[in-house]
Parts: sequence; C-alpha cells; structure tokens
Amino acid sequence: MFQYDFIINAFAAAGIVAAVSGIVGYFLVMRGQTFAGHALSHIGFAGATGAGLIGLAPIWGLIGFTLAAGIAMGLLSERISNRDIAIGVVLALALGFGLLFLHYYTSFATQATALLFGNVLAVDHGMIATLAVLGLITFVALAAIMRPLIFASLQPELAEAKGVPLRFVSTAFLAVVALAVSECAQIVGVLLVFTLMVGPPAAAQRLTTGLWSGLAVAALLALGEAWLGITAAYYTDWPVSFCIAALSALGYFVALGAPGWRQGRPPADHANETA
Amino acid sequence: MNAVELDHATIELGARAVLADASFAIRSGEFIGVLGPNGAGKTTLMRAILGLLPPSAGALRVFGQAPHRGNPQIGYLPQVRTVLPDLRVRGLDFIGSSLNGERWGLPSLGPADRDMIEKTLAAVGARDLAERPLSAMSGGERQRLLLAQALMGSPKLLLLDEPLISLDARRQEVAIDVVRKACRERGVTVLFSAHELNQLLGTLDRVLYLGNGRAVLGTVEEVITAPVLSRLYGTDIHVVRTDGHIFVMSRGRDVEGSAHQHDHDHGDQGHHHH
Repeated sequence: MFQYDFIINAFAAAGIVAAVSGIVGYFLVMRGQTFAGHALSHIGFAGATGAGLIGLAPIWGLIGFTLAAGIAMGLLSERISNRDIAIGVVLALALGFGLLFLHYYTSFATQATALLFGNVLAVDHGMIATLAVLGLITFVALAAIMRPLIFASLQPELAEAKGVPLRFVSTAFLAVVALAVSECAQIVGVLLVFTLMVGPPAAAQRLTTGLWSGLAVAALLALGEAWLGITAAYYTDWPVSFCIAALSALGYFVALGAPGWRQGRPPADHANETA
Repeated sequence: MNAVELDHATIELGARAVLADASFAIRSGEFIGVLGPNGAGKTTLMRAILGLLPPSAGALRVFGQAPHRGNPQIGYLPQVRTVLPDLRVRGLDFIGSSLNGERWGLPSLGPADRDMIEKTLAAVGARDLAERPLSAMSGGERQRLLLAQALMGSPKLLLLDEPLISLDARRQEVAIDVVRKACRERGVTVLFSAHELNQLLGTLDRVLYLGNGRAVLGTVEEVITAPVLSRLYGTDIHVVRTDGHIFVMSRGRDVEGSAHQHDHDHGDQGHHHH
C-alpha cells in the first residue's frame, strides 16, 4: 500500500499528530481535564466553519478559536475547566455556531464531514509541514512548563505555596491543548479527538505508574493505533477514523483488564485498588 | 528569634475578618497545637504565613521577615481534599514533583533526590509507598506521604494542616512522634492543627486557639479554660479534666468530637480555590 503517495502522507501526518496527542493527552488525563479538551475541539469546529465563511483555511480558524477558548478558560479560573455543566453549555453553543456558519456558506458543507470526522487520506505536503511546525511548537511549549505543570496538577495547594503561578501554568497548558486539539482534528476530526488524546494516555496510565514510561507508552500507543487504523482502513475500505476509534477503545479496555505490572507490589495487594 | 509573629494583624477572607487585630509570637523551636472550631481560620492563618494571603492590617512576620511565597524555610502539609480517583502516579514521582517544582523546564529526579525521598519516606515508615500508585493508597497512606514530603529539605518551620486526618490511632502516634523528633532534635518550629487536643497533650509546648476572629496563645492551663474558650466559641463552654484527658464541652456535648465528624463535609475556611 505504500506505493500510494496519499498513504505515505497519511502515515506521516498521523505519526506527527499521534505523538503530540498522546503526550499532551497524558497531562490532560493526569489533570482530569479531558472534558475541557473535548469542548475545545467543538469550539474549534465553529472556528473552522467560520474560517470557511471568510475564506480562510479551516485549520487557522480551528487554531484561532481553540487557542482563544483555551486561554479564556485558563484565565477565567483554574477550576472552570473542570466544571462540566458550564463547559457542556459552551460546547453545545459552539457546535450550534458551527452549524450557523455552515448554513451561510453552503458550498463549504461538503467539508463538514471531514471537519467532524477527519480525513487523513486527503492530507497533502503543505499540511504535513504545517502539522510538523505546530507539533514542534506544542512540544517546546509543553517542555517549558512541564515541571511546574506536574507539580500544580498533583499538588495545587503546595505548588501555590511554593510560588508556582497556578493560573499562568493552567492557561499555558490549555493553550498547548488547543494546539494539540487543532492538529488532532486534522486526522480524526473534532468529534473524535478523544480517540488519540484520551484513549492512549488513559491506557498508558493503567499500564505504568512512572512519568516518563507513561509518556512513552501514551505516545507509542497513539502512534500504533493511528497507523494500524490507516492500514486497517486501507484493507477494509472502512473509514479511517472509525478504525482508529475502534483501536483506541480496544486499547483502553484491554489496559483496564491488564494486571498491574510494573507496580512493584505483589498481585495479592492489587485487590485494594478498586476500593 | 520568633518564628512567627503577629502584630495587631487582621487577616480577611473575602469580607470576613478571620483574625481581627491579633497579636502573638511563636518562638523558634516551639511545638504549637493549633485548635479551634471549623471555620476558625486555622488553614487561613497557615496560608497567610505562606505568603498567600497578606494581612489587611497590622504586621505578620516569619523569622523576622514579611511572608513570601516559595519560602524554602517552610515545610507545608496542606489539608488535601481532592485526589483524582484515576491518578496512577507512584509515590516517588508524587513527592518528586515538589522538588524544585516551581522551576521551568523538564522534570528531573537525580539519584541524590531519589535517595533523599527514600530516606524521608523511611523516616515516617512509608518506604513501601515509593512504588505504589497514588490511586491505590488509602487516605492514611497518602497522609504519610504528604508528611514525608513536608519534612524534606530540612525546613525550619513546619505548617501541618490536620495531619492526623484519616490515620488510625497507631499511625497518629507515629506521625506525632516523627514531628516531635524533628522539633526537638533539629529545633524545627511546628504549627500542628488538629481537632483533638488530647493526642497532642504530651507533645505540645503551647496551644494556639482560634475562634470568633480572635487568637489566644498560651499553655494548655492558660488557654483551655471555660472563660477563654467561651469567648472563642461565642457560647458557654465547659472544660472537663479527667485522668490526663481534657474534654471541651458545650451543652453536654464534646465540641471537638462533633467537629471532627463534620470535617470531611466542611473543613476550615480558606480551602476554596481561587
């Protein structure tokens, strides 16, 4: 299948995005902010369709809206990103606006499915370059805040006392998430960003308790699921995003049932875990 | 030198004065039991000492200086309310996150850091927690982890906010003993907040009792008396001393006992995130 350029492009784009999604998603899961990530992608849908309305490429609308929303969430309060109801209302409103923009720019409607569910097989070289640059920016920004981010995520009260600027860290992190969501949406669509940003990191958290091993497993799982998904889609002719979503769910549920290896304690003790 | 000194200090939380015009001085090396009804401001006082809440009037000094965030002389055990149920981070990484956690860049945990963490864990009898994920720990195990963390880096002042919560009686004694050792052997000043006075009776030097916007610092004999506590609680309080134990009663009920039951629902003022 690698005789086709579109497959090679799809592998390259999915590879970049999977690594970004798995690693950024690991912190999203650690902070219990997965729903905020989901909301950002829906807000991005409004941005993408709005960009179409004024003649811009959808990805810039996605990035613009998710970044603005992520920063706003972070600034309003470090806790609002955990408020399910407020986020749910904004999420629904954003999807509504996306629909409104589509309504006024009907020729764009053909792209709606690609935005909602992704279209990795249509990725071109320009998009790969864009994704690579965005991915690099995402990694550099995440690396810069990683240490205080972990401290603030695990022990906010103590981190605040030790001088970590909680609001800045959480705002910067949501900006990083916004970039990652925008990239992820290019591969699996705004509705399915969970498949790469939450499924693999959540599975990784079940499989290992170390930080670096967790990040590595999350990135590798996302990469494996994305590439396997494309391969499966090639041979079955099913939608790529379905295949990735199915593999992501499979990976998570297998990890849930996996014995707690690498935890340095006897299996007998393991029963406490669900208590 | 005084470790903590309040000079006509007023500390406000929102519009409410948690402490109004309070003056007292905690000497270096003292073990202070911090007591008082829920909402009396035990946590708020600690947050003020940490530099998170500047007094709106008067002065607050920590080792002679104005409080400032990130003071390396202070070890802090916050009263933790929420731990994410799926947080599968092992104890070592959890504690490790606090080592220079305020610096930018990538996290790193050198062999020397690991060594220090493991030694500190061993000191509180929690060595086995290093490799266990947080989500698999009981409340008491997490509490021991936090106590070990507060002791790291040789602080000169320990602020322990309800460190005995969710520990069983034996673990409570171990925890008090560890803190007492740090206090006596290394001259560490300790502010130890608790709901129950009796466990601390043999250990504490003086009691800081908060209530009704006031603070009274003194020996147990001076502070745990009906007139003083009635003033702090704003209601008639009786103090019953029996067999080496002290019971603080209001209308026939033990106020400390009932306060403890409510702890997980309400807790002190000042926890609310902002």
